[in-house]
Amino acid sequence: MIQFIQVSKRYPGGHEALRDVNFRIPRGQMTFLTGHSGAGKSTLLRLIARLERPTRGQVVLAGRNLDRMSRGATPYLRRQIGIVFQNPHLLEDRTVFDNVALPLVIAGAGRREIGRRVRAALDKVGLLERERAYPVTLSGGEQQRVGIARAVVNRPTLLLADEPTGNLDPELSREIMHLFRQFNRVGTTVLVATHDLDLIRRLGLPELQLRQGRLLAPAAAATP
Amino acid sequence: MSRPGHPERRARPRRDDHPLAVWLLHRAQVLVASLGRLSRTPVASLMTVAAIGIALALPTGLYLVVSNLERLSGDWNGQPSLSLFLRTEVSDVRARGLAGRLRQDAGIAATRFLSRATALQELEQRAGLGDIQATLGENPLPDVILVRPTAVAATPTGMAGLARRLEALPEVAQVRLDLDWVRRFQGIMALAHQGTLIVGTLLALTVLIVVGNTIRLDIENRREEIMVSKMIGATDGFVRRPFLYSGLWYGLGGALLAWLLLALAIAALNVPVRRLAGLYLSDFSLQGLTPEAALAVLGLGILLGLAGSWLAVGRHLGAIEP
Ligand SMILES: Nc1ncnc2c1ncn2[C@@H]1O[C@H](COP(=O)(O)OP(=O)(O)O)[C@@H](O)[C@H]1O
Ligand SMILES: [Mg+2]
Repeated sequence: MIQFIQVSKRYPGGHEALRDVNFRIPRGQMTFLTGHSGAGKSTLLRLIARLERPTRGQVVLAGRNLDRMSRGATPYLRRQIGIVFQNPHLLEDRTVFDNVALPLVIAGAGRREIGRRVRAALDKVGLLERERAYPVTLSGGEQQRVGIARAVVNRPTLLLADEPTGNLDPELSREIMHLFRQFNRVGTTVLVATHDLDLIRRLGLPELQLRQGRLLAPAAAATP
Repeated sequence: MSRPGHPERRARPRRDDHPLAVWLLHRAQVLVASLGRLSRTPVASLMTVAAIGIALALPTGLYLVVSNLERLSGDWNGQPSLSLFLRTEVSDVRARGLAGRLRQDAGIAATRFLSRATALQELEQRAGLGDIQATLGENPLPDVILVRPTAVAATPTGMAGLARRLEALPEVAQVRLDLDWVRRFQGIMALAHQGTLIVGTLLALTVLIVVGNTIRLDIENRREEIMVSKMIGATDGFVRRPFLYSGLWYGLGGALLAWLLLALAIAALNVPVRRLAGLYLSDFSLQGLTPEAALAVLGLGILLGLAGSWLAVGRHLGAIEP
């Protein structure tokens, strides 16, 4: 599903955030991406969603080399990917329903389909009764769950999460990881960047470890 | 709503989920939503609309003044004409023949023959004088042919050329043309047209700048929304659309305001204009925009609104990348 071939990323200003990164994640796999702060986790995820371009090397997603993809194709690539951020980036002037509906509106879905899918997504994250609420009236954990509902409402084949539990207490973190696990069970490929090591060790899933932009000793099943 | 219990009802595509319906509905919704967004900041929106309205009303008002002046000059019989005074020895028949021949000339639209006898009669009647011919012993007036040039020839140079040509005719003693007045009037009108064009161009630029700046601020305020939309797969067109539609609304609002301002100005000016015209026994009054001109103002407003937002969107939207 995701393949990095000799990928390096140097930001303008000279800092090399990723160096010669190679790995492959099979379709339907749930994988963790770990590393200290500044190790390059966010950079790696952004390369997959084409939010950044690699300085060297190739990123291949579902058999397509992103390097050879036109600029105009980027939006359609992103519609296949659900992204969850540490800060959920909800739009304050829209209700929970409208926030979650945004990917469907962008993709040009019909009204009925939007209603059905948004409610299904909100139901999955346990916020169906808050659809009319505005984001400011929600707790941090609830906002994060709205962000997750928005990420999965379009049934993406790939779910990327960048420290989704960074601001949450252990209880909520566990709940959210459990949600990702559920999406993964129905076939979504999931890649979660985190430094919550306790949690992921307990789940026993493959792990990609970054240190100063380099990938450490390959963890089982996560590398070629 | 399709209920989970009835999968066969869900399977059939609903009319409102048809791709074309979705496409149209989305645009209509964005159009309405952008109007709704403008109405949520009424003072700022109205200020923008007012600036555009005034900028559109000024050159349009100038244009109205010019076209009303032209109409007024038409009322004054200001169409340029030449008077040919014929030699006294030219016979009546020959003079009438000349008038007929001149009508065939490419530069001449119409001629009118005024025989010296008729002219004398008129003079006697109008001036209330007695029998002039009896007093003077002979008719002192010459035969006159009034010549109206075609619209093409009615320029100062064209008229001068025509006059020279007619002066060379053997029957003609003298040609008189009101060239000074024609020249002055046409000069003033050319100036007014040119001035209107310049003012119009400058104010069209103003509209572009006003709309562009408003949309730029709007883009700045909606940065987060633009970023998020781009991150979850919005095309450039999707992101651009609400801003373009805002520009369209501004332009439309400005054009409607310009209509209103012009209608009010004309109504206010017509009171003294009618009074003045009455003194000259004229029923002249100022006329507002013709339907065609009104539509042109509307179209121009919308076009400028769209163009202004297009420029702002082109310059500032690309800079916001997630
Ligand atoms: N936009 C950027 N411009 C310059 N340097 C950046 C940028 N984003 C990240 N970096 C640098 O790249 C390195 C990796 O950052 P990041 O991928 O955010 O790491 P992590 O998510 O693991 O904390 C850091 O040293 C960071 O300072
Ligand atoms: Mg990070």
